[in-house]
Amino acid sequence: MNLNQLTIKEAKEGLKNKKFSSVDLTQDCLKRIKEIEPKLNAFVTITEKEALSQAKKADDMIANGDDLPLLGIPISIKDNFCTLGVKTTASSKVLENFIPPYNATVVEKLNNAGAVTLGKTNMDAWAHGSSTETSDFGSTKNPWNLKRLPGGSSGGAAASVSSDEVLAGIGSETAGSIRQPASWCGAVGLKPTYGRVSRYGVIAMASSLDSPGPITKTVEDSALILNVLAGQDDKDATTSPRKTEDHTKDLSKSIKGLRIGISEDYFKGIYREITEDVQNALKVLEKQGAIIKNIKLFDPQYAIAVYTILQRAEVSSNLARYDGIRYGNDRSYFGEEAKRRIMLGTYTLSAGYYDAYYKKAQQVRTLIVKDFNQAFKDVDVVIAPTSPSTALFAGSSEDNPMFGELADVLVEPSSIAGLPGINITCGFSKEDLPIGMQIIGPQLAESLILNVAYKYEQETQFYKQRPKL
Amino acid sequence: MKINVLHVAKLANLPLKNEEIKKLEEQLSETLTYIEKLNSINTENIEPTSQVTGLENVAREDEPKPSLSQEEALSNTKSQHNGLFKIKAVFDV
Repeated sequence: MNLNQLTIKEAKEGLKNKKFSSVDLTQDCLKRIKEIEPKLNAFVTITEKEALSQAKKADDMIANGDDLPLLGIPISIKDNFCTLGVKTTASSKVLENFIPPYNATVVEKLNNAGAVTLGKTNMDAWAHGSSTETSDFGSTKNPWNLKRLPGGSSGGAAASVSSDEVLAGIGSETAGSIRQPASWCGAVGLKPTYGRVSRYGVIAMASSLDSPGPITKTVEDSALILNVLAGQDDKDATTSPRKTEDHTKDLSKSIKGLRIGISEDYFKGIYREITEDVQNALKVLEKQGAIIKNIKLFDPQYAIAVYTILQRAEVSSNLARYDGIRYGNDRSYFGEEAKRRIMLGTYTLSAGYYDAYYKKAQQVRTLIVKDFNQAFKDVDVVIAPTSPSTALFAGSSEDNPMFGELADVLVEPSSIAGLPGINITCGFSKEDLPIGMQIIGPQLAESLILNVAYKYEQETQFYKQRPKL
Repeated sequence: MKINVLHVAKLANLPLKNEEIKKLEEQLSETLTYIEKLNSINTENIEPTSQVTGLENVAREDEPKPSLSQEEALSNTKSQHNGLFKIKAVFDV
């Protein structure tokens, strides 16, 4: 076994017991990257030199007896997080030469936790998409099948983790961009509560929804990283003032008596294999004492419409800053998808249309929030498939202006309500593609959904199956 | 519904090629048809939600804190003059 195949927890133990060094670990990751990156294209930028120097520093600290949560652990960061002195493009040609003069808060926190950053991962340009096919630097491939898409927008992050190029990846989700690629690539993807993790220094997509979070091999690794990322930030006024907690503490707590809600509309029009695997997963949880309850959530089809309006509007406003004066190239460098979104958003916000579209969507957003609040009086968590399909073939998103929205139908409602959700693999299709389910909880209930995911993972251990790449 | 693509492009300050205008006309009206689903939901007397944190009036003391130096702020521009961003004239003289 090569060191890059380890989980964070395993690597931390090995580093602590001096079985290997962070430089060894980082070199195994770099070797893997060099070997498969020509086929996979998970990275926009690889920072080999910086990573090795961070790893050497980590080894010195370990020799000194220092202990930090991610000391010496090689990770990847999605290319929409500003990294001081390292090119940050959001996979768009508008920013092809942009070198941020500061770090995103998330990056700062990872550095302070001792992480080793191997590079910046590919994504849909500006995070607009669910396939990585809108990246201006070529799409990423799915490690389980190179003819398939990894999902997106954090497709590079998910692919880098499930192919063992790194031990974990940092992604961001507006509605689906962590959970959906994690589902298609067979990884654990956690979208925290909106406001739990700072957005400062993350290239903005839809500011009332954007939530950074980890993509990992296991649930415990997810909790470890969330511990590092979570917390109030005076540079982001929307971060929650609630005290942070140790999300690893309750992982193995019993789920006896836990009430799990399932809603029929979340099983409509999805692949049969996915329904079967999620139903089997519910049985696994039932065996551990959980109670399954049928509930009726707001039909996710409406969430697509709400999300499309809100997101395009916020995109048009956020991308207005790219004028090519202070940084980046001018507006003629925007790709097709960004232009389409800017145009729709500008239209729905323009005089005479605001009430009919933006305000209407915000009102339905209220109904969706209330609907979840009501549901969480009867159940503790909601479980549903993450995506209606397994990884689709390359080319599926082309010329389909609603591709992302349809791929993300099952994750958009909870994103609109700012809720935390986690994707975990619950089986494999006949074609040997991962199938994911999501566990959604009330706001700031990250520890609870991690607990449920962990109990399921311990029982099934699907994460041990790796792609043969 | 048909969108006046040229007008919207002007509002968005987006240069479009001729073939893009036609394509956008079709695609945007396709998307609008989809989102018009919302009209079937009654939202009378429902307050709009613009954010979901429940936080209000988040402010801090108005004290200067360290920020980017002039050199750092200018580090990504292609057009500067005497330590300032150089831009095209905004007003006609």
